[in-house]
Amino acid sequence: MMRWAERRPWVWSFLAAGLVWALTSASVGGQGAFASLAVALEFATFAVIVGLGQMLVITAGPGNIDLSIPGVMTLAAYLATGLAKGTDGGLAAGLAAGLAVGLAAGLFNLLLIQGLAIPPMVGTLAAGFIFQSMAIAYSRHSHAKPAPALVGFVNAHLLGLPLVTLVFVGVSALVAQMLRRTVFGRSLLAIGQNRRAARLAGLAVGATVGLVYVLAGLCSALAGILLAANSGGAALNMGSDYLLSSIAVVVLGGTAIAGGQAVPAGLWGAAALLDLIVTMLNVLHVGAGLRYVVTGLIIIAVLALARGRAP
Amino acid sequence: MNPQPAEAFARLEGVAKSFGAVRALAGVDLAVPPGRMLGLVGHNGAGKSTLMQILAGALAPDRGSIRIAGRDETRGWDVRRAHGLGVRCVFQELSLCPNLTVAENARIMHPALSGWGWRRRARALMRAALDALFPGHGIDPDRQVGSLPVGQRQMVETARAFSETDTAVRLVILDEPTSSLDAAAAANLLAYTERARARGIACVFISHRLHEILGHADEVVVLRDGQVASASPAAGLSEAALVERMGEVRGEEEPGATAATSRSGARRLSRPARASLGERFGIDVRAGEVVGLSGLAGHGQREFLLAAFAAAGHGGRAAHGEGAVAVHGSAAHVSGDRQNDGIFPLWSIGRNTTIGLIRRLARAGILPLRAEAALAARWREALSIRAPDIETPILSLSGGNQQKVLVARAFATEADLILFDDPLRGVDVGTKRELYHHVRAAAAAGRAFLWYTTENAELVHCDRVYVFARGVVTDQIPRAELTEERVIRASFATPADLSRHGG
Repeated sequence: MMRWAERRPWVWSFLAAGLVWALTSASVGGQGAFASLAVALEFATFAVIVGLGQMLVITAGPGNIDLSIPGVMTLAAYLATGLAKGTDGGLAAGLAAGLAVGLAAGLFNLLLIQGLAIPPMVGTLAAGFIFQSMAIAYSRHSHAKPAPALVGFVNAHLLGLPLVTLVFVGVSALVAQMLRRTVFGRSLLAIGQNRRAARLAGLAVGATVGLVYVLAGLCSALAGILLAANSGGAALNMGSDYLLSSIAVVVLGGTAIAGGQAVPAGLWGAAALLDLIVTMLNVLHVGAGLRYVVTGLIIIAVLALARGRAP
Repeated sequence: MNPQPAEAFARLEGVAKSFGAVRALAGVDLAVPPGRMLGLVGHNGAGKSTLMQILAGALAPDRGSIRIAGRDETRGWDVRRAHGLGVRCVFQELSLCPNLTVAENARIMHPALSGWGWRRRARALMRAALDALFPGHGIDPDRQVGSLPVGQRQMVETARAFSETDTAVRLVILDEPTSSLDAAAAANLLAYTERARARGIACVFISHRLHEILGHADEVVVLRDGQVASASPAAGLSEAALVERMGEVRGEEEPGATAATSRSGARRLSRPARASLGERFGIDVRAGEVVGLSGLAGHGQREFLLAAFAAAGHGGRAAHGEGAVAVHGSAAHVSGDRQNDGIFPLWSIGRNTTIGLIRRLARAGILPLRAEAALAARWREALSIRAPDIETPILSLSGGNQQKVLVARAFATEADLILFDDPLRGVDVGTKRELYHHVRAAAAAGRAFLWYTTENAELVHCDRVYVFARGVVTDQIPRAELTEERVIRASFATPADLSRHGG
């Protein structure tokens, strides 16, 4: 069992999520068990989208991280809703503007990291503040509602499960395949394990790491746009929860924090776990103070199990 | 077998160790008398390193006993206890912390270096140890270890093992201590071990350079498949006899007389002589040639290889101006520093082999996994990498076999020019022979090799040798004129010599 699990680092987060879900369902006599899972998955989807970007960045090796996620999410969400002006006719322009924010943010992070040699942890944090300030400035003129078509999409269900969830399960599977069998993915995994060796093996180190930051920017933008549609509009604090949870889902999901190994499937288990814990503690009427203690302990337990072997 | 059984400082009896299904040691007896040097030889994977890690307390044996200074120490034998009794080691994979200075590394080993002024005492300790071992080493104890070239790191590691504070050194394990030292530093170290022995310090000396073992050890123990194949005094032994005991099939004596040396192939690399530096020799490598780089370690050979790699369009910035390297065709690089510059530790043999050619293998960015696996399997076969299949994790291989994977990676790229940065350091004789053979075969098929080696014996495999001193090429020696004396003379050439010749 342990050896089987060692080759599948995502099992622990799924196991923990399943356990928490079962406990919650049992405590309410099985009532609404499936519905609570569907809700958890719907919220988990946004964490997974930013997690995918963060996972790729972390996989690029020690020191790589993207802390600009909340700023990019917020700015992209404001621009996308602002330009769409609550109409389906403006949706295309809104989406384009939102994704352009992600692209520009990725390139700006790159400029700081590769051009000015600023450590990613500081560079992306500073960039995030800039994007957040731009969002604040823009928010003074814009109170638009999201485009109805987009709202319809994020609220649609298929077979009882949210459509966005299903779409991004597919995207995660594509990312897994990309890591396994494309030049980009293979190069990324190599760079994360041993950057010097990757360079000497003739891999395009700079371009690969650059693409990773751009992809992360796009993921943050997409998450911001969809989250705004899901919650009836952009808000200035909409991204703040996602800074830590983007890192938490990556690490809980079994991705190597030192880089070189990525586990997209694990993001789902980890994101669902984080949401299901909140549900469980609500159902059990655990007080606010104790709630954080329990959440912390569960995270530590999963990590202790998953990190059985040396990092 | 043991001439002075009662007096041995360290005595291992019936020591056995297995890693999973792999039996590394199957009951080994070993006695190290004080003031003597025991040479330990064997293939990669014969169990030398495992045995030494047990002696050093880094690994616990499954069975067997450990007696030190006449007392049974089998229970509770660990690194701390070993250190307290004066057992020190110099390991092949350097054990220094690269982010600390030379002096700070001394403190890690010596708890006695604490309190006020420890830094000053640590500096003095390391300076004295380095001076005693490697006169004229030129290493500043305040330099960060990571910024030193690998040869100097090895010197620091060795000097630290012989340095003393509160506990006396009684036994020093030297695991391939000379593999990254140049000839002069290696000679210094070996001379020092003779003085240490005169003070009663025992040594265990592991080396693939058999002439060093035969020239300096008192007794030679041959390990084969985790057992002692023979133990006898070094006097009267020959390299041939040792190789035979290690269980080699002794191939016909190389080097291949096949070398074409016609210089008719396409030019693969060129660098004009830099007159402003007093350099008289340009460097020229043609298809089908094996060209050697020699000289003392750290005299610009490595930098030249990296410049050539950059000139072939692989990252970095290609240099321009006087003496710029020009490379025609593609290049692949193989480093002897496999931990830092070579392997991808999380991956299998297969992925480690194919990473260099993924771009050529891919169709529209997508890798054909089946073709990739077939290719990796073919190279594993071709270089006879000892592993059950290509899915085997690279870290489970012995050092020599890991190095074979790196050579396979370079060969698999089908690069026109292969740059060897001392790739066979710390590799056993059998593996070396196989790889020499592969190099000649690949050269005959039209590849060019630029081969930096710290081992002068390897130069006989080259069609032509360039000797570096202080970053400048001081001699160009065709194979027919190659002698060790000439290499050494050119290695120590000074700028004054150059200008006299160049005049």
